[in-house]
Amino acid sequence: MPEPFVKTTSRVISIPRANIDTDQICPARFLKITDKENLADALFFDWRFTPDGKRREPVSFIDEPHNAGRQILLVGDNFGAGSSREHAPWALRAWGIRAIVSTGFADIFKGNALKNALLPIVVSAERYAALLVVVAANPDGEWSVDLDAQKVTLPGGDSFAFEIDPFSRTMILAGTDEIGYVLSRLPAIEAWEAAHPARIDTRQGAAR
Amino acid sequence: MPEKPRTLVEKIWDSHFVASDPGAPVILAIDLHLVHEVTSPQAFTGLRARGLKVRKPGQTVATADHSIPTLDPSIPIADELARKQLAQIEENCREFGIPFHGKGSPTRGIVHVIGPELGLTQPGMTIVCGDSHTATHGAFGALAFGIGTSEIEMVLATQTLLQRKPKTFQVRIDGRLQPGVGAKDIILALIAQIGIGGGTGHVIEYTGDAIRALSMEERMTVCNMSIEGGARAGLIAPDETTFAYLKGRRFAPQGAEWDEAVARWRKLPSDEGATYDRTIVLDGDKLEPMVTYGTNPGMGVSVTGRIPVLADVEPGARDDLERALAYMGLAPGSPIAGQKLDVVFIGSCTNGRIEDMRAAASVLRGRHVASGLRVLVVPGSQQVKKQAESEGLHEVFKAAGAEWRESGCSMCIAMNGDQLEPGEYGISTSNRNFQGRQGKGGRTFLASPLTAAASAVTGVVTDPRTLAAAQPSAVEVH
Repeated sequence: MPEPFVKTTSRVISIPRANIDTDQICPARFLKITDKENLADALFFDWRFTPDGKRREPVSFIDEPHNAGRQILLVGDNFGAGSSREHAPWALRAWGIRAIVSTGFADIFKGNALKNALLPIVVSAERYAALLVVVAANPDGEWSVDLDAQKVTLPGGDSFAFEIDPFSRTMILAGTDEIGYVLSRLPAIEAWEAAHPARIDTRQGAAR
Repeated sequence: MPEKPRTLVEKIWDSHFVASDPGAPVILAIDLHLVHEVTSPQAFTGLRARGLKVRKPGQTVATADHSIPTLDPSIPIADELARKQLAQIEENCREFGIPFHGKGSPTRGIVHVIGPELGLTQPGMTIVCGDSHTATHGAFGALAFGIGTSEIEMVLATQTLLQRKPKTFQVRIDGRLQPGVGAKDIILALIAQIGIGGGTGHVIEYTGDAIRALSMEERMTVCNMSIEGGARAGLIAPDETTFAYLKGRRFAPQGAEWDEAVARWRKLPSDEGATYDRTIVLDGDKLEPMVTYGTNPGMGVSVTGRIPVLADVEPGARDDLERALAYMGLAPGSPIAGQKLDVVFIGSCTNGRIEDMRAAASVLRGRHVASGLRVLVVPGSQQVKKQAESEGLHEVFKAAGAEWRESGCSMCIAMNGDQLEPGEYGISTSNRNFQGRQGKGGRTFLASPLTAAASAVTGVVTDPRTLAAAQPSAVEVH
C-alpha cells in the first residue's frame, strides 16, 4: 500500500526536451525483473552510460551531485510516450521523483504515474516557457507542490493552481489504492456479470 | 424518439458500463485480459499480498513472448533473469488457473498475434493487456488498450478497470492504395502528420474506403501503431472481412451462436450522424512507402523523400530533430533511400503475421540478401511459423541468406538477445525507433515488410517499387 502524499518542497531538475519516451526513462532490458527492486539505477540509464557501460563525460544530469535528492522534474511535452511499462514511474519514484511538470503526458504513463503517487502536473505552453525562465534564473530555488491545495509555489512566492484527476487526488492524499474501492462495488460487478454472460472461455480445450 | 446516434466506441463503452460514483471514473467491464511474462509478475505478487484470486481465469489468457529467445527451443536460456521471468509466468498461471500458451505450445506467440488467430479477439469486446500495442485487437471492432501493472492487478482481481471516457478521433483514409503501398505505410504517414502525441486522450476510429479494402491482418497493422500516434486505442468497425476471418477459429462462436453473434456484431458500426470529437482525412491514393529517419515513429518520410533540414520543421521541434539526427548519424537533407544498413528485422506484433511473411518472401524469392547484412525473419507466433513453413516460405528466406527463427517479440524490444549492436543501422518492420529500443546504441529505420525485404536485397534503404520494376512479378500488391 502506498503512503499518503500531500506535499513536497524540493529543488527542480529541468530536462527541456519533448517526447521523452519510456524506453529512455527505463530501457527494456531492465524489465526482466519480477519485483520492483533496484529500478533507481535503471533511470535514464542510456543517457548516463555509454553502450559499453562507462559513465558518460560530462555526466548526465541524473548523476550530477547537486541534483541528488531533487523531487520535481520540469520536462517538455508528451512525457512518457511509448510503452505501457509501469517500470517507468517505478524508476522515477525509486530515484526520488514525486512530481513532474510538463505541457502534456502520454495517456498510459499518466495513469501509471497517478497509481504510484507520482504527480503529473500539466501546465500551458506559456506557463512552461515561464517556468524554464524561473529555473534558469534560480536553478537551486525550492518549489513547493501541494496536492491538497492543488498549487505549485515558486521561489519568491509566486504560485499557480493545477488540475488533477479528482479521484486520483483523493486516493493519493489518503494513501489508498483503487482495488479496495472497486472491490467495495462488487455487488454492481456481480449484477453486470449476471446480465452479461462471458462470450468466451479461454480454458476451453486449454493448451496446458 | 430516435436514439442519439453513437459511435462504435460509445456503443462498446455503454455496453460495458458497470457503475460510476460521483467524481469517480467509470467501472468498465473487461471481456478479455491478455497476459505476458514481462509486465505481470508484480501484479500477481500484489494479488498474493492481498489474498485475492483471479476473478475470471476463463477470460484471461497468457503467453510468453517478450523475453523468450527465438533460437532453437532445445537450447537452454542463457539469460538468468529471462529464465526466471519465464518460469514465473508459468508458475503464476498454474497457481491462479490461467490458461498458458507457453514454451513448447503450438499456440504460443506474440500476445497480439495469438489473440486474433485463436479467435479470442471478437467484435464489441473490451480487451486489455499490459502492453501498449494492445490496440492491435481494435482491428476487429473491439475497444482494446494497453494498461500498466497496477491495472493488470485490478483486472486480475475484479475483471474491471476504472476508466474515464475517452474522446473520439476519426481518421478517414479515402481512395485506394497504390501498388507497393500497404497498411504500415498508412499508419506511418498518419503518425508523421499528427505527431507522436497527436492522438493523446483519444480513441481513433479508422474509416474510409482504403481501410475497408484492407485484410484483417493489414487492419491489425494499422490499429497496432495507434499508440505511436498517442492514442491508447484505435479500432475499425467490423464487416464481412472481419466475420470471414473469425469464422471457424478455435474460440469463435459456433453454429447458432455464430449467427447470433454476427447479428449482434452488425449493430456495432458507428451510426449515421454520429459525431467525433475530431476528424482528419488522408488521401490513400497519394500515399507512398514510408520510412522513419529519426528517433520517434512520427519522424517519417516517403521513401522517395529526403531527411528534413532544421528549417523544414517548426521552431519548437528543431531541438528534437537535431538530437535525433545526431543519434542516427544522418545528414539533414539527404535522401532516405540509399542509407546504409547492417541489419534487417522482419517480424513483431506490427508485421509478424502470415501475410507479412508472404510479402517479405515475395521480394526475397530467387534473390539474395546483400553481402555483410544480417537478416532476421521472426514469425509472430508458432502458428504463423507453421503456416509459413507449410508454404515453403522458410526455404525462401534461408535460400536468400536470412535467418528463420522461433516466434516472439525478438528485436522489436531487444529483451531476448536479438538486438542491434551499438551504432548499427537496422531497418525494421516493428513499431518503435526510440533511442536504444532495438539494442543499446542501435539505430532504427521503421518500414513495411516490402520495404524492409527490398532493402535486405540491396543493403540500403530501398523503395520496393524499384525492385518490382526490375522483376514485376516479385512484389505482391493488393
